Amino acid sequence: MEMQVSAAESSASRNKLLTLHKVDKVFGRDVVALRNMSLDICEGDFISLLGPSGCGKSTALRLIAGLMQPTNGFIRWEDGRQGESLSVVFQEPTLMPWATVEKNVWLPMRLKGISFAKVRDDIREALNLVGLSGFENSYPRELSGGMKMRVSIARAMVTRPKLVLMDEPFAALDEITRFKLNNDLLQMKVKIDCTVVFVTHSVFESVFLSDRIVIMAARPGRVMQELKVDKPYPREEDFRTSNDYAAYCRAASQALKEAQEGPRQ
Amino acid sequence: MSELAHDPVTSFVDEEERARARRELRNRIGKWILPVVVFAVGILAWDWTIRINEIPHYILPGPGLVFQTLIQDRAILLDALMVTLQITLLALLVAVIGGAGLAILFNQSRLVEMSFYPYAVVLQVTPIVAIAPLIFIYVESKLVGLLICAWIVAFFPVLSNTTLGLKSADHNLRDLFSIYGANRWQRLLYLQLPSALPYFLGGLRIAGGLALIGSVVAEFVAGAGGIGSGLAFRILEAGYRLNIPRMFAGLILIAVTGVLIYAVLSLVSHLMLRKWHESAIKRES
Ligand SMILES: Nc1ncnc2c1ncn2[C@@H]1O[C@H](COP(=O)(O)OP(=O)(O)OP(=O)(O)O)[C@@H](O)[C@H]1O
Ligand SMILES: [Mg+2]
Repeated sequence: MEMQVSAAESSASRNKLLTLHKVDKVFGRDVVALRNMSLDICEGDFISLLGPSGCGKSTALRLIAGLMQPTNGFIRWEDGRQGESLSVVFQEPTLMPWATVEKNVWLPMRLKGISFAKVRDDIREALNLVGLSGFENSYPRELSGGMKMRVSIARAMVTRPKLVLMDEPFAALDEITRFKLNNDLLQMKVKIDCTVVFVTHSVFESVFLSDRIVIMAARPGRVMQELKVDKPYPREEDFRTSNDYAAYCRAASQALKEAQEGPRQ
Repeated sequence: MSELAHDPVTSFVDEEERARARRELRNRIGKWILPVVVFAVGILAWDWTIRINEIPHYILPGPGLVFQTLIQDRAILLDALMVTLQITLLALLVAVIGGAGLAILFNQSRLVEMSFYPYAVVLQVTPIVAIAPLIFIYVESKLVGLLICAWIVAFFPVLSNTTLGLKSADHNLRDLFSIYGANRWQRLLYLQLPSALPYFLGGLRIAGGLALIGSVVAEFVAGAGGIGSGLAFRILEAGYRLNIPRMFAGLILIAVTGVLIYAVLSLVSHLMLRKWHESAIKRES
């Protein structure tokens, strides 16, 4: 039973992928979106950034993605440049409406100059993994919100990236679809063995998905605390109904509340 | 029991569906029948007005006479139509290439855009009738002169719409392209041009009508023709000779041409967008 190593234990032995060191991000003169954020991201981590609106979660993600530069501090990739091994899923599916599902999934490889014929099988497999076999030639408008999100995830996973950044990908979906996608996402994470940084508002989602929960507070955006969820992957649906899960949710809610109000006397 | 509970629901849905179907049928019929009815009534009113008031045909010809002239003078009129059409389509082609090309150039270089966009606007807001005489002084060939005039009128909607379209790509998609390391050509080709297509096609439809207007106006200004006289010139000429029926016949041909150009461009636009763009998608209800 090699899968049974505890998450915390394995995290210590994992290779570091990326470091955020005392990162500040200030917009304009005085909008402090992020203050003094430090975070080590290790290979295989599933990190949730959990916090209220405006606490800089998206900002942190955009900094990691290299879409903007920190005002102070630095972000270092341990193996040099991020380059090929990063992909992103936004809150909106962000598909190209003029392209079919398979052409949408092809995008990251197309931009690397790889022909469609060469990666057709990879694309089929990625779509199969998100349960969209048979929709290869559909246009995005023909799909439901959940299906579009699945395409977006397939596009992020098809290159087998080292790091996947997800910004509230399921926030707009109903709870049933969201649970289903949570399960599928975990399966995929295990299968392609990637690292995930996942932004969410939902305590339940963060506990179910991640092994590290980074709790943040707003004004200014900052990291308050980190919780570990000591439950090995793969996690099945029955984790949701377990006592452990309830206990972790309580702890995370408590930590979140303290982060917003300051600790209770 | 369950039947009873179920029944009102289904019949309610059916009723709504039936109402929708009726509405749709009514819309479809109305869309074709109503304009035809208005047309027929207009023609009849025109005819009656002339008969009742005994208006002489050299002041206002009746619809019958105009139609007759259209048939009788078809050789001259069709020749003229071909000339006008040729200039219009050529101008439209140049407007599309020039307008879209300029838009792409502006999009690629902010500096060029800031330098030249104001002058595109100046060109657009100055009435073509005021520019045309100058153009005909400096340009030898009448055909080229007409073409330039029609182009000046037609290119701006293509330019401004395409410019807007190139900037309107979804910002998350733009971020995605950055993250995946797209270069500027990939960005242009795979993201900006497809995003701009609906805007461009909207501009194209406007430009089609404007190219016709431009070429007709320029012909009026250019005046006496010689070779290659278009519809506008024939109308002018008929006016000098008090051949009012032919003026009407020429006018009708111009109007029909304009409608046809618009219809063809609309069809092209629909065919290019029907797979994915909201404007081309028929939704229920
Ligand atoms: N481009 C920007 N320019 C100016 N201010 C910005 C910009 N982006 C974010 N901010 C500000 O930075 C702060 C953090 O924003 P951010 O989007 O990171 O929050 P968030 O935690 O993702 O919130 P939400 O949960 O609502 O998405 C906010 O106060 C926001 O107004
Ligand atoms: Mg956000």
